[in-house]
Amino acid sequence: MDKAKRRTLKVLGSTLGAAAFAYAIEPLRAWASDMSLGELLQKHYRELTPDEMRAVLARLEADAEAKYGREVTIEDIRPTPGVELGYALNLSVCIGCRKCAEACHVENNHDRTTNNSYIRVLEMEQGSFDLEKGTTTYDHAVPSPGKYYLPVQCQQCDNAPCVKVCPVQATWKESDGIVVVDYNWCIGCRYCEAACPYHARRFNWSKPEIPAEEINPNQSYLSNRVRPQGVVEKCTFCLHRTRKGLLPACLEACPTGARVFGNLLDPNSEIRWVLAHKRVYVLKEELGTRPRFFYYFDN
Amino acid sequence: MRLTACAAFLVAGCAKPFQHGEDVDAGSPSFSTEIHASPKLTSIESAETDGLGRPVRVACVTCHGVRDAGAGFPENAAVLKDFHAGLSVAHGALSCKACHVDRHGGPPMLRLATGEELATSDAIRLCAQCHGPKYQDYLHGSHGGMNGYWDLGRGPRLRNHCVDCHDPHVPKYQPSRPVLPPKDRFVTPAPVGSHHG
Ligand code: SF4
Ligand code: SF4
Repeated sequence: MDKAKRRTLKVLGSTLGAAAFAYAIEPLRAWASDMSLGELLQKHYRELTPDEMRAVLARLEADAEAKYGREVTIEDIRPTPGVELGYALNLSVCIGCRKCAEACHVENNHDRTTNNSYIRVLEMEQGSFDLEKGTTTYDHAVPSPGKYYLPVQCQQCDNAPCVKVCPVQATWKESDGIVVVDYNWCIGCRYCEAACPYHARRFNWSKPEIPAEEINPNQSYLSNRVRPQGVVEKCTFCLHRTRKGLLPACLEACPTGARVFGNLLDPNSEIRWVLAHKRVYVLKEELGTRPRFFYYFDN
Repeated sequence: MRLTACAAFLVAGCAKPFQHGEDVDAGSPSFSTEIHASPKLTSIESAETDGLGRPVRVACVTCHGVRDAGAGFPENAAVLKDFHAGLSVAHGALSCKACHVDRHGGPPMLRLATGEELATSDAIRLCAQCHGPKYQDYLHGSHGGMNGYWDLGRGPRLRNHCVDCHDPHVPKYQPSRPVLPPKDRFVTPAPVGSHHG
């Protein structure tokens, strides 16, 4: 079913009674065989009651097993009060090995055929800070003389252009600073992808292919469950891990310790130490996006 | 209260570097941070391999606990003939004795510049005496990497040891091939000579 229709139907669905609506769309259902009625009628994430959420998660778990042959757990993990998550990256020690991008690929159940990852590592000329001039296709031993490496992922902007342009509010910023997408509400218009100055959003052109044994079964609704075809996705600072207090997968994989993660509100956290003691930069500061992702060099 | 980030700090640092919400008191952590006890600190690879093709490690004390070499430590690695032959050392102009206690018999020990002796597992203190700024970064979680929990109120953390990443004899991080070549549409190489090359 095309996305515009799906959207219209959702809008319609919220004004009609559910039963009447289900009856009215029955003919459509016959050819929208890849989409269950539950999926079609599902409310926005933020409007689901706890009971409805449980039903949605159970349906998604069953779907995942049917489509990918793997038993998975999909949780709905909420932000912790008093926590605003932030990330910093030491560009003096990053060697451009792309282990972070690989860890993201595995952790977040990305499509295997495209090597998709929420992280792009740019090889940059020393002295340049223009990310449009970086290259991501380098394939020689790293670090290479005269270069430095700039890993870019979602900056979890406080003033996020991607959120503003979404015509259906399928993407928003949560209280812990993470910008999320309701993949079941996204209509795939890709406005957000165009609006993001950091190329941080990805569109699922095809159904993600992942062998059953490679699926990460620890999933959450707003992060690493396998996304449907035709929707936009992005880095969530691994919220299924970090909202439980764990470090993000990309940080654990980094062999140089270039990555620093923690609670921006805790004055004793490592991330606050970096902000207080290092000369910190944000990418494209002039755009006023106010990122939660910081870069620094050793003094 | 939600103030915008101080613009000045982004380029030069300012007194209140980060102001997004009210600071919280995270309390004292219930879990601890452990440093990885690398086998490299107490053993050495032998020429033998195990069933998986990995070199069998031999504890330093196997030889050093009993053997008396008599002659004392050599000035540099090049003169080693029977044991540790072929050891390459590229760590400034340091001689063996700069870090190793020149004594045979008993467990091998390290030596700080003050003369204080140190178990090999405590090597971080030895590294720190020359690499102070790196050590400060390490102590504040901004060098060296870790695994586990960012929130020590909810679980423990494991830190890498210096020697997990740096061979103490050749400490420079060795270049290697990157993993996961990207295949998405943003990264198709532009034609040579084009503006976006
Ligand atoms: S980096 Fe891009 S996707 Fe992430 S919050 Fe900012 S604008 Fe949105
Ligand atoms: S894993 Fe660490 S060192 Fe490697 S590219 Fe990513 S940030 Fe840089």
